[in-house]
Amino acid sequence: MTTTSRRTLLGAAATAPVWGALPYRSARAQAANTIRIGVMNDQSGLYRDLSGPGSTQAVRLAVQESGITQRGVNVEVIQADHQNRPDVGSTVVRQWIDRDNVDVIVDVPTSSVALAVNTIVRERNKVFLNSGAATSDLTGAQCSPNTVHWTYDTWMLANSTGGAMVAAGGQTWFFITADYAFGHALERDTGAFVRQAGGRIVGSVRTPFPGTTDFSSFLLQAQASRAQVIGLANAGGDTINSIKQAAEFGITRRGVRLAGLLVFATDVHSLGLQTAQGLVLTETFYWDLNDKTRAFTQRLGPMPNDTRPSMVQAGCYSSVLHYLKAVGDMGVAAAKANGVEAVNRMKAMPTSDDAFGEGSIRADGRKLHPAYLFQVKTPEESRGAWDYYKLLQTVPADRAFRPMADGNCAIARS
Amino acid sequence: MDEIFGIPAPLLFGQLLLGLINGAFYALLSLGLAVIFGMLNVINFTHGAQFMMGAFVAWMLLHYFGIGYWWALLLAPLIVGFTGVVIEKTMISRLYKLDHLYGLLLTFGVGLIIEGLFRNQYGSSGMPYRIPPELQGAWDLGFMFMPVYRGWVVIVAIVMCLATWLVIEKTKLGSYLRAATENPALVQAFGINVPRMMTLTYGAGVALAAFAGVLAAPIYSVNPQMGANLIIIVFAVVVIGGMGSILGSVVTGFALGVIEGFTRVFYPEASATVIFVVMAIVLLLRPAGLFGRA
Repeated sequence: MTTTSRRTLLGAAATAPVWGALPYRSARAQAANTIRIGVMNDQSGLYRDLSGPGSTQAVRLAVQESGITQRGVNVEVIQADHQNRPDVGSTVVRQWIDRDNVDVIVDVPTSSVALAVNTIVRERNKVFLNSGAATSDLTGAQCSPNTVHWTYDTWMLANSTGGAMVAAGGQTWFFITADYAFGHALERDTGAFVRQAGGRIVGSVRTPFPGTTDFSSFLLQAQASRAQVIGLANAGGDTINSIKQAAEFGITRRGVRLAGLLVFATDVHSLGLQTAQGLVLTETFYWDLNDKTRAFTQRLGPMPNDTRPSMVQAGCYSSVLHYLKAVGDMGVAAAKANGVEAVNRMKAMPTSDDAFGEGSIRADGRKLHPAYLFQVKTPEESRGAWDYYKLLQTVPADRAFRPMADGNCAIARS
Repeated sequence: MDEIFGIPAPLLFGQLLLGLINGAFYALLSLGLAVIFGMLNVINFTHGAQFMMGAFVAWMLLHYFGIGYWWALLLAPLIVGFTGVVIEKTMISRLYKLDHLYGLLLTFGVGLIIEGLFRNQYGSSGMPYRIPPELQGAWDLGFMFMPVYRGWVVIVAIVMCLATWLVIEKTKLGSYLRAATENPALVQAFGINVPRMMTLTYGAGVALAAFAGVLAAPIYSVNPQMGANLIIIVFAVVVIGGMGSILGSVVTGFALGVIEGFTRVFYPEASATVIFVVMAIVLLLRPAGLFGRA
């Protein structure tokens, strides 16, 4: 009795892998006609609201609107949390590509994670559509033929916000910089602009990331330097705390101006208009910019936690829509077989969608579209929920991003 | 302008003051932890989440009921303290006979669950909460611009720490508590309800965390991660001060706030690490902490 039951158990254990493989094998047959999209971003930390589940929602809308499923192509969307850690992100992406046959990785905010993913996707010859990360190195020194950097980057932020600040008379700058890849890139790119425009950097301080909640010490150092502009080369919670505490210490009331170099609408929402009013910032998408962006927001439906789509989420929509157009054009088999070819096809076609309008992708993988310089409205000017920005100026697509020659991208030179 | 170690004196005085203000938060949070550990022998890893809940309850009171800062200062600790009582009654009380590690794992897990629930409901970027009108504005101290609200935080924190210390060290209730820690069976034999006392002590420690959360709401971003960022530093403070020592946690809280403040001037990159360096040194020289009993 005991022996039979043990034998049955052993037999079951021995055949288990085969059972597991059976549906897998039949899935394989189907897989030839399936595009698998992996959305990886921050699902549980400070960047959740501006990427997170909202990005997946945007990708699903793109799949639906691409019409590719009506032509018999299966598209599967899966998502994962990289917890803003390069090691976690690398592991997920390797598993996705090697085991789960994922063809394209989407979003990936946090520059350090994005750079790691960039390398893996290139090795495996898949496609990387980055929307969430800021570092301009993705189309510079570390550019890849498998990567398109869609939404924004540090150079464009420095050019638009930094340039506007210098033009408005901010000649001397002090940087409060988050001490990691993103903060360093943003400080470097903005500093270059300030100097080029005849301004001067009078000091900077590197704040530990993550783990800094009180910025008043750094703000007082900035004030003591007598700089006219305090450049905040940080993001998310760090930026919110810096701006909140600068208001508290009356720094802005004494004529010093704050340059929030990367501020999202979700940050403004968290600060409240009373504190955020007057802040100048740059985004490439704002839900209330024009009829098309409003229509896009409408189609997207209610977002998690009652937010509005951020430019990162809009970028996920727009990039996947364009990718699926390229897939429709070249065929599923060809697109799956060679990531470089799929990206080349994307580069060969002009882009067009409701979120970013008309645009194109450059040889170095940089997506080009206009950048918008906004000012945060006063509480009196705001007419309702999420009515936060007024447009100050538009930087046209051909001047919004770093000229390809200055990027030092190897694939663009050949 | 006078300079000290190459730093302008006014800037240095400013940092000293800011260090004291941050120290006030460390002191208040580590006080609650010390009370709980001293009496219950439980390392309360839910403390950060409860600090966050205090700030969120203040925001909810304002947002849903129009109840402002001053009432929130009273109500939020009561509400969050009550949730603490429920957690103690239903979960923590079952672990008193087991190793510390079980209590630590339980409270750590509960903390993660609470943070996850808040993140699911309210997102990660946080909620606006303004300084009450009575405490807006700033004093010009000559060497720096001192917001009224920060002054208020320091004063309230010191009063709160003193009050807690007095209750535990100088009142009859406090003597029961201390006795119950030493020998619960004996104290119970005298007709004192020790389990209820434990429950209320945990509730009080949690209420202190929530109180600190309300104080923090107008100056820090009110988001689900706010406690997680602070709690690790606060644990270091408690370890340096000596686990369970009330006086130790208060003095160390303020002292480390100041040390951190000065590090931000001399070597800002290390300002998040300096507290742990101090912790390592203290543990090497005095394993029971500065004020702890070996």
